[in-house]
Amino acid sequence: MKFDKPAGTNPIDQLKVVGKPTPRIDGPLKTSGTAPYAYEQRDTPNAAYGYILGSAIAKGRITGMALGDAKAAPGVLAIVTAENAGKLGKGNFNTAKLLGGPDIEHYHQAIALVVAESFEQARAAASLIRVDYARDKGSFDLAAAKASAPLAKENGAETKVGDFAGAFAAAPVQLDATYTTPDHAHAMMEPHASIAAWNGDQLDLWTSNQMIAWSVADMAKTLGMPKEKIRMRSPFVGGGFGGKLFIRADVLLAALGAKAANRAVKVALPRPFIFNNTTHRPATIQRIRLGATRDGKLTAIGHESWSGDLPNGGPEGATAQTKLLYAGANRMTGLHLAVLDLPEGNAMRAPGEAPGLMALEVAMDELAEKLGIDPVDLRVINDTQVDPENPSRPYSQRQLNACLKIGADKFGWAKRARPGKVRDGRWLVGMGVAAAFRNNLVMKSAARVRLNAQGVVTVETDMTDIGTGTYTIVAQTAAEMLGVPLDKVVVKLGDSSFPVSAGSGGQWGANSATAGVYAACAKLREAVAQKLGVNSADAVFAGGKVKSGKRAVPLGEAAKNGEIVAEDAMEYGDLTKKYQQSTFGAHFVEVGVDAATAEIRIRRMLAVCAAGRILNPVSARSQVIGAMTMGAGAALMEELAVDKRFGFFVNHDLAGYEVPVHADMPHQEVIFLDETDPMSSPMKAKGVGELGICGVGAAVANAIYNATGVRVRDYPVTLDKLLEGMPEYA
Amino acid sequence: MHGPGDFELSRRGVLIGGAASVAATAAPVAEAAPEQAGSAGAGTPVMAKVGFKVNGKPHALELDTRTTLLDALREHLLLGGTKKGCDHGQCGACTVIVDGRRINSCLSLAVMHEGDSITTVEGLGTPEKLHPMQAAFVKHDGYQCGYCTPGQICSAVAVLDEIRAGIPSHVTGDIAGKPAMSADEIRERMSGNICRCGAYSNIIEAIGEVAARRKA
Ligand code: FES
Ligand code: FES
Repeated sequence: MKFDKPAGTNPIDQLKVVGKPTPRIDGPLKTSGTAPYAYEQRDTPNAAYGYILGSAIAKGRITGMALGDAKAAPGVLAIVTAENAGKLGKGNFNTAKLLGGPDIEHYHQAIALVVAESFEQARAAASLIRVDYARDKGSFDLAAAKASAPLAKENGAETKVGDFAGAFAAAPVQLDATYTTPDHAHAMMEPHASIAAWNGDQLDLWTSNQMIAWSVADMAKTLGMPKEKIRMRSPFVGGGFGGKLFIRADVLLAALGAKAANRAVKVALPRPFIFNNTTHRPATIQRIRLGATRDGKLTAIGHESWSGDLPNGGPEGATAQTKLLYAGANRMTGLHLAVLDLPEGNAMRAPGEAPGLMALEVAMDELAEKLGIDPVDLRVINDTQVDPENPSRPYSQRQLNACLKIGADKFGWAKRARPGKVRDGRWLVGMGVAAAFRNNLVMKSAARVRLNAQGVVTVETDMTDIGTGTYTIVAQTAAEMLGVPLDKVVVKLGDSSFPVSAGSGGQWGANSATAGVYAACAKLREAVAQKLGVNSADAVFAGGKVKSGKRAVPLGEAAKNGEIVAEDAMEYGDLTKKYQQSTFGAHFVEVGVDAATAEIRIRRMLAVCAAGRILNPVSARSQVIGAMTMGAGAALMEELAVDKRFGFFVNHDLAGYEVPVHADMPHQEVIFLDETDPMSSPMKAKGVGELGICGVGAAVANAIYNATGVRVRDYPVTLDKLLEGMPEYA
Repeated sequence: MHGPGDFELSRRGVLIGGAASVAATAAPVAEAAPEQAGSAGAGTPVMAKVGFKVNGKPHALELDTRTTLLDALREHLLLGGTKKGCDHGQCGACTVIVDGRRINSCLSLAVMHEGDSITTVEGLGTPEKLHPMQAAFVKHDGYQCGYCTPGQICSAVAVLDEIRAGIPSHVTGDIAGKPAMSADEIRERMSGNICRCGAYSNIIEAIGEVAARRKA
């Protein structure tokens, strides 16, 4: 099915199931511990255990590897290294090789897998491998590399509209500030884990992965085998946040280990290995220049960002939102990319916008103060209903101002005082606001639906549920389309033997994958109507029946002589080119800062979101509060500390890399505007899973400034950065 | 962490770093692992027998003494509900209840549990017959990916018992008095259970509902 015209009225608009707050259908499995994640699959009861050894240097060469002691260790079945693994390719989505050696590209790059009868034996044997290295000089310091970092080669790395330099110089009110965000880790709770089993030349993989089709293709490319010979399953994913978009060392080495040992092999990345072995969100240095008239109209907007990555890697697109968020005739953005020999940088929840808004939305707060204009008003004044770089492209929907105004009202924004003026016992109290912005991407997505004689509908798609609530919204979509209750729908996900979906990434999953299910269900309706001999145009699917004129037949009747199967994909025309499709929100945060110690506590959080039709308000709200929590972490504590001598992240476990815990998070509020976007898909929905992290870090930082009068431009905002400037303790 | 190279590197790091010539060093940086580490790490596994109850069912196991309680549950008894998030006592995903007290099962060797009574998330309820805490998590959407969830639920059940038993926490005002069944007390006590999906706000509501019901 092709989506190239704005959606008209369709069965989803009935909203009998879609749009209703619906507890997750996979909830009983997850809460009872019976949902099988990758490492818990029991299809290969005889699996051996693999344990990975990582490089102890960041850049250079392995000069010798002594495997003898490890090979002789009890229980060891095989050892895989680059030397004995055979010729390996590299996946399209990998920057560094997943199995290093003799050349080493980054610290903790995998260099060997030990396969043994037990986990304990594999781990012990791995520690007996003796490795000699020749270390090369590497570049690990973004600030030092900044001056010589060229513009990135990506499309859109540099944009220019009007005369930025002239307009900025002439602006009566100017802001020119530089902000930094550190490297961040996904730190999803389920470590990357895989089981691999060969059956002749057929490779079966159970893994934890967001993008099944990408990853099957990359496994095939890396192993030099046809992708048809690979089956990958990932029915439950214990968090990904971008860290499981691609194949990683666990799945490749499980496959190689299984071949070498002639046994199924299971491999999980040990937690302290994940931070340097896998990908992370790269650190940025961002310079923002804003020029405005005295009444707050932006006349010049400039945003430059510097980040680093391995050779042939990519930049962190921190300028993305600045191209679109505010009006202003004269603008420039520039993305610079340094070569760094740190572990591979890549996508983490809202890549680009998440760190970009941490800078831009603090800059807007600073400008508001210079202007003496309320920060909510400053954003409202600079609203645009068209793409400011290309004004012939209107937004399909843009309710940012409504989000800001409703949020201000609900949050009690009017009570906000000047910096450092509100005291509640030992706490200095402040409020902050920031806009949330993230583009809505649409991706081709396919599904297969089956109807049986009992009227049960089974949906199959390789789409994944990474905590996003996919199982439930897919079921809701099928139930709405076919007029059956939710308990008549079975959803099967994350299997490469199912039709290829959009996968989970870039907050495109919910809208795109359900649109694919919509297309398959539309085809099934046709088939059912034909079987029952009714006109599909006037057939009504409701209450488990198909009604046409006076006739009402149970849906299952159509399948009484055999299951009916329909498969289709939703594909997109050029509506995303004609219309700018984005999601919007406003974050409001109240913090308390201890007047004596500068300890920071978040007291209240509210997000107001405009993100098209909300398919399931329960799971959508959870996506937003979860993203707000991750954004609070970025604001207050998350930072991979770089060892600039040896080139690795020092705090590579969950004790050293701090993420928010229960005690850090208050009750959170989320409001969704009642909105549909007929330009996005027949579902009229948009993404929401990343919107929640966009801007929230800046709202926290702005609240801290409002509480204390101390502006910190280097994230995370920790108490040591506040202490010196804190108001006199009284 | 990953083989002898790391330890060697960090020890030399101090020396070389001081000489400000780190980056230029092209000499081998990691040498042989100490002999004793080798024999200790790879000797014939020491096996031991242990018996304990899991979810009311007695088990007799013969295990490599290095096996954690977590791996005994997951890999030997095939109870995959208890999760491994870090294997180092840093995340709480492996929380189980042993003789009424919650512990991180990754920080405990299986052979230390002779005669113990262990409750895992599978022992609290089943998909068809959820424990009230499990049902409250479903109702309040107190999870997303679900990976931290068994640990959160086991912790939550034990936390309510701890508060009722009068065990004070860091946020208890009067440690001689009775701790309140408050959101702050619950948040503090649940803080060893990380949820990277950030379901905290909903988890507190789920636990709060069960706490209120049981009080009444
Ligand atoms: S797995 Fe035990 S605390 Fe993380
Ligand atoms: S639900 Fe995913 S980590 Fe808690």
